[in-house]
Amino acid sequence: MTNEQIAQDLVSKFGEDKIYGIVENYGLLNVTTSVDTIVPLLHYLYQHPTFKFQFLTDLGGIHFPDAVGQELGVIYHLHSLENNVRLIIKLYVPIESPVVPTITKLYAAADWMEREAFDFYGILFEGHPNLKRILNTDDMDYHPMRKEYPMEDATRQDKIDALFGR
Amino acid sequence: MSDVALVSSPNVGIAKPEESKKYVNELTTLNLGPTHPATHGIFQNILTMDGETIIDSEQTVGYIHRAFEKIAERRPLYQITTLTDRMNYCSSPINNMGWHMTVEKLLGIEVPKRAQYMRVIMMELARIADHIICNSILAVDTGAMTGFLYVMQWRENIYEIYEELCGARLTTNMGRFGGMERDFSAEAIRKIKHFLSEFPKALREFESMVKRNRIFMDRTIGVGGISGERALNYGFTGPNLRAAGIDYDVRAMNPYSSYEDFEFDVPVGTTGDTYDRFLVRGEEMWQSLRIIQQAMDNLPEGPYHADAPHYYLPPKQEVYRNMEALIYHFKIVMGEIDAPVGEVYHSVEGGNGELGFYLVSDGGRTPYRLKFRRPCYIYYQAFPEMIKGSTLSDAIITMSSMNVIAGELDT
Amino acid sequence: MSDRTIKTVEAPQGLEGQGFFAAKLDDLVGLARANSLWPLPFATSCCGIEFMATMASHYDLARFGAERISFSARQADVLMVMGTIAKKMAPVVKQVYLQMAEPRWVMAVGACASSGGVFDTYSVLQGIDRIIPVDVYVPGCPPRPEQILDGFMQIQELAKTEQRRRRESPEYKALLNSYGIE
Repeated sequence: MTNEQIAQDLVSKFGEDKIYGIVENYGLLNVTTSVDTIVPLLHYLYQHPTFKFQFLTDLGGIHFPDAVGQELGVIYHLHSLENNVRLIIKLYVPIESPVVPTITKLYAAADWMEREAFDFYGILFEGHPNLKRILNTDDMDYHPMRKEYPMEDATRQDKIDALFGR
Repeated sequence: MSDVALVSSPNVGIAKPEESKKYVNELTTLNLGPTHPATHGIFQNILTMDGETIIDSEQTVGYIHRAFEKIAERRPLYQITTLTDRMNYCSSPINNMGWHMTVEKLLGIEVPKRAQYMRVIMMELARIADHIICNSILAVDTGAMTGFLYVMQWRENIYEIYEELCGARLTTNMGRFGGMERDFSAEAIRKIKHFLSEFPKALREFESMVKRNRIFMDRTIGVGGISGERALNYGFTGPNLRAAGIDYDVRAMNPYSSYEDFEFDVPVGTTGDTYDRFLVRGEEMWQSLRIIQQAMDNLPEGPYHADAPHYYLPPKQEVYRNMEALIYHFKIVMGEIDAPVGEVYHSVEGGNGELGFYLVSDGGRTPYRLKFRRPCYIYYQAFPEMIKGSTLSDAIITMSSMNVIAGELDT
Repeated sequence: MSDRTIKTVEAPQGLEGQGFFAAKLDDLVGLARANSLWPLPFATSCCGIEFMATMASHYDLARFGAERISFSARQADVLMVMGTIAKKMAPVVKQVYLQMAEPRWVMAVGACASSGGVFDTYSVLQGIDRIIPVDVYVPGCPPRPEQILDGFMQIQELAKTEQRRRRESPEYKALLNSYGIE
């Protein structure tokens, strides 16, 4: 089972307009998909008789402020433990309505990962059982991992200095 | 597209208390944490209890969220090593070297064999240090303080070996991109050999005290179990997954740093309960000793770092005397050297499971995005399911045997 | 073991005669307090692991009269804050401090507790002295156990020399008020 086989199978199943951006990074297959395909795609990969991508390694958000209409992204890392093949699936959503369907019904592990992506990037996972902030305080009013927000603590005065300043 | 049937994983979601069910007592709410001596870190669990039985629990995490991923977007690659130290601080060298290997993969640096073996030795020592803490604290939680004092002494010896390699005890910042910072000194080799010959005695003593101890067995067998299927669905990795009977070990499945050269077994449990987790960790320490022994016996001669002057920090003596070395030192430390464009994922078998680094580089001096796959964060969410229906004291030892490290969980 | 001499603390300055010893009450109380300080370990991250080493067999904090680790704030004398305190955690630290009875001392162990350390980020409290008064700062990331012991001995020194009425003084009240503690 090679990366080409997986890519070909996915394209023949879902069509070229749904599975695109197929690249191989350091031996790791990357595909990009659309918001409406992600849930059927993951279920298909989960149930596939040979692929068996039944382990969700990771899920994280990403922010590209310059990509208009595709500012926020979600990156899924899947692992087929039987075949020892990894797969990365990406999808992008506009920052005005960052709505992505949840995959917690398929993977229990996705629960906190999606909450983290919501906390950091404000990606809204539709159908998530408990979508609220996880690492930051509940009263925080922005999503800190977006590129426009500063890293530093705004309350700190002593580092504002001509010589040793930030 | 629509012909894909949607499956539901078994028993998804945590069951909430049912209204119709009759409870023996009036339900009480118990707040465990965020600062509590038995939680080994700062987590909050709000338990709904029926007498002594846990009906439901709600977790709150993030009490030491330090925004590692945000910092990583502002720091040159070298300065991120210090962040990885502070994730799973019980086994920092594994984190350091996992990060170094990720960057080496991106940069295409080939690490010499000797450095790979040295890394293996240090990573396995770190694994022993990690498992020592977990297992001895588990014993403390079941009431045996003595074992903790026995083996903590040996963790000090591991720290002394770290000190020979990098000068630090806990947050090691060990190694460099392309290899190790310095070769093993004669003293380091003596200390490792001493550890290899003497630690098994202490470990055997500890195990003989705890392993077949009636009290310990009664407290741990059948407590906090999870099936292999559920564990996979929850994204378990590492000893906790192997205790549930699934032999997934990154070292064996995707060998890195010459792990394919060594012979070792991957211990697995059957029921995934606290006792199995204890046994798997105990056996992994023996396997780690085996790996270290093999690596010490076959330690190849040769350079201990790659010839990559743009990324490998020059030795300090050179920096003081040699102009090129000074220039490279400055450029590397100040982050003047850009990383190539690329996306790379690399994972190592950390103390608690698959520790992954997903690095997206846009060609700048810092990563564009760095995502840490922290095993603790992912498997701790199964905790309510694992303690449901058990007693409060069982919940404590379940948590302690899962080895949840707050620093890694919250980054 | 028999050849080891047992070292006892020196008696404070005073007047000694047949069958009596007179000294200042401050000194005697200080002596007693300094040698039986009960620490409350508020360990959050890496420094907590070094505290474990400090407590365990090799370094043995118990030698300094801190045998009993008091996990209950009510009975503790020294609050040892070890590790990063995030803003989410800050109210908890303050609450624990408020629960402690006077006299109480606070020790900030490690760079994070002292100043935020390397984590100058939106989520980290930049030093616990922003919410509670601190007596001793121990630098290091993490400090070695010897440093933690040294910090503890500094606390002992403070306890030994403290004026008995200090905690009722207007200066101390003003200090607490500046942190919003009544």
